[in-house]
Amino acid sequence: MSVSAIHDDHHDHGPAKGLMRWVTTTNHKDIGTLYMVTSLIMFMVGGAMALVIRAELFEPGMQFVDPMFFNSMTTLHALIMVFGAVMPAFAGLANWMIPMMIGSPDMALPRLNNWSFWLLPFAALMLVSTLFMEGGAAAAGWTLYPPLVLQTGAAFPFTIFTIHILGVSSILAAINIIVTILNMRAPGMTLMKMPLFVWTWLITAFLLIAIMPVFAGAVTMLLTDKFFGTSFFNAAGGGDPVLYQHLFWFFGHPEVYVLILPSFGIVSQIIPTFSRKPLFGYSSMVYATASIGFLSFIVWAHHQYTVGMPVEGELYFTYATMLIAVPTGVKVFNWISTMWRGAITFESPMLWAIAFVVLFTMGGFTGLMMSISPADLQYHDTYFIVAHFHYVLVSGAVFAIIGGVYFWLPKWTGRMYDERLAQLHFWLTTLSVNLCFFPQHFLGLAGMPRRIPDYALQFAEFNAWSSVGAFIFGFSQLIFCYIVIRCMSGRGEHASGEVWEGASEHGLEFNLPSPAPYHTWETPPNVH
Amino acid sequence: MSPVPERRSNKKVLTSVVLVVIAMFGFGFALVPLYDVFCELTGLNGKVKTEAQAEIISQVDQSRWVTVEFVTTVNGSMPLDFRAAVDKIKVHPGEYQTVTFYGVNRSDKPLIGRAIPSIAPGWTTQFLKKSECFCFNEQRFDPHQEREMVVRFAIDPELPETVGDVSLSYTFFDISPQ
Repeated sequence: MSVSAIHDDHHDHGPAKGLMRWVTTTNHKDIGTLYMVTSLIMFMVGGAMALVIRAELFEPGMQFVDPMFFNSMTTLHALIMVFGAVMPAFAGLANWMIPMMIGSPDMALPRLNNWSFWLLPFAALMLVSTLFMEGGAAAAGWTLYPPLVLQTGAAFPFTIFTIHILGVSSILAAINIIVTILNMRAPGMTLMKMPLFVWTWLITAFLLIAIMPVFAGAVTMLLTDKFFGTSFFNAAGGGDPVLYQHLFWFFGHPEVYVLILPSFGIVSQIIPTFSRKPLFGYSSMVYATASIGFLSFIVWAHHQYTVGMPVEGELYFTYATMLIAVPTGVKVFNWISTMWRGAITFESPMLWAIAFVVLFTMGGFTGLMMSISPADLQYHDTYFIVAHFHYVLVSGAVFAIIGGVYFWLPKWTGRMYDERLAQLHFWLTTLSVNLCFFPQHFLGLAGMPRRIPDYALQFAEFNAWSSVGAFIFGFSQLIFCYIVIRCMSGRGEHASGEVWEGASEHGLEFNLPSPAPYHTWETPPNVH
Repeated sequence: MSPVPERRSNKKVLTSVVLVVIAMFGFGFALVPLYDVFCELTGLNGKVKTEAQAEIISQVDQSRWVTVEFVTTVNGSMPLDFRAAVDKIKVHPGEYQTVTFYGVNRSDKPLIGRAIPSIAPGWTTQFLKKSECFCFNEQRFDPHQEREMVVRFAIDPELPETVGDVSLSYTFFDISPQ
């Protein structure tokens, strides 16, 4: 990819001074930073909740918290990690990178962008505040199944409103991203030339606008069932609680791809750069992503094998779910083929990307095991599913995000991070994440149920290991915070515009100076 | 800032995307009736009709028996004792039978309840013909009152021969005004 207009000849207004800069900003880089910082804070908050869970599960018996609070922790940990940490991190990366990658000066709808960010911290604050309300925070799990969730106390309407606001925020972000990608590309940047991170986000954004409104509707029905006497999910009035599960998972299954598709994009940027080769099978990557997006809409009931489906239903959802392994396999194959005979170097971003490919694939395989409905009856609601989705979301989504941050941090801040600390962070995280989640497979297969604060004695050793792993994992992230803050405060070596050797061949963003100027591509580059 | 070259107007794309959002919000609500229709067409879910059907005199199939079991449940902490007079009966397909159920209000307050029927296996719902059921109406129990309630039903002779047992389940929900 070569670029003719490299420099803005127009040195202009930088950011406004003072705190109001951040409140009123419409600059995609500022908003990207806000998203990323919020995401990091929420990641630590949600992580602290996970540590409460793991502390309680370190030994059998009741140690630190009562069961109700334990269940509030599992519920809020999930909601915060999904809606407060991972999705905002992707939105932040999208804000920072998409305009720079497609040669656009900013997002298409900058004021909407500001609004969609500023909804987020208030919603997050409201969600955390439900912990202090009468009756405690929601404790029915992040799926919020009725009738259990209807027993939540004063926190119930606040939890629902939080979801509404978070939903509006991510819908607005998705709308903005769609309009930006469809309308703001530089001349010559055809759809099939777009970097894969942009492609995966485009498909993710379409998933988001299709599913978030359905989820908003479903939780609204919960709200009216509780307060206005409707009977959507109330069997006494002719409703059906299983209907909620269908509505939820119609949202929930595409949602888990919302959490992973942008990760695929990030990894597809990192691996070619450090393999010094173009991405293998670019167009098959695009089609695979699109097919995963489509398939995500027709497999939802594999989360509900135990509700009493007819055999035909179980067969359909089993086979449809297995089908997803095909496009996912194509992607894994392409990443490995990209590395094949490449001149690979192992800087931190590459380490995270390789760990992503290995560990995400393991998580994918346990997913395949659970797609088989007769086998799933054994795995359902055990620690096996907990191990599965943490492998795909922690060592999948979170690893890709951290890798992406290391990859682009020098571009954002103009400073190179401390590579030795970053390697320490990587190895501590990777070893501890496996120590934490790998034993949970065995716990689940042996029948330890999830969302229960106590367990039978034979599960003690594996749980103790898992908790040790979780604590090492949690505290290792402080190294990450330190590394990021150090770069943000302008310490460390200066980074070149290209940042990584040969990176300018792999993305428009590496043709800009580091740190990226406040306004970029005001004159669109010519992409050949 | 220099003008951005726009190939399509942002407004146009924005409008269509917002329309998708609104349509999907509506779709979420449309799924509620669609779900019922789907369950009714496929007979999934064991939802039983909550209206009486006129008794049709049809040929009673004397050649075989179907065992009908009764399951009674009280939802939540409703202070009601609820049981069927018999655990199960054997019927010939086509013949009408009446089964009595008993409900006792254990509390000092009047209770209003609603029984929700269901049948297993779910798809046999189309072969269950009820001409009378306490589940068609709300049931009121005065304090400590014991009441008899009846179900009158027949199994359609069209029921496939492979089915020898069906379970009728009734769950009482408390709908007394709080």
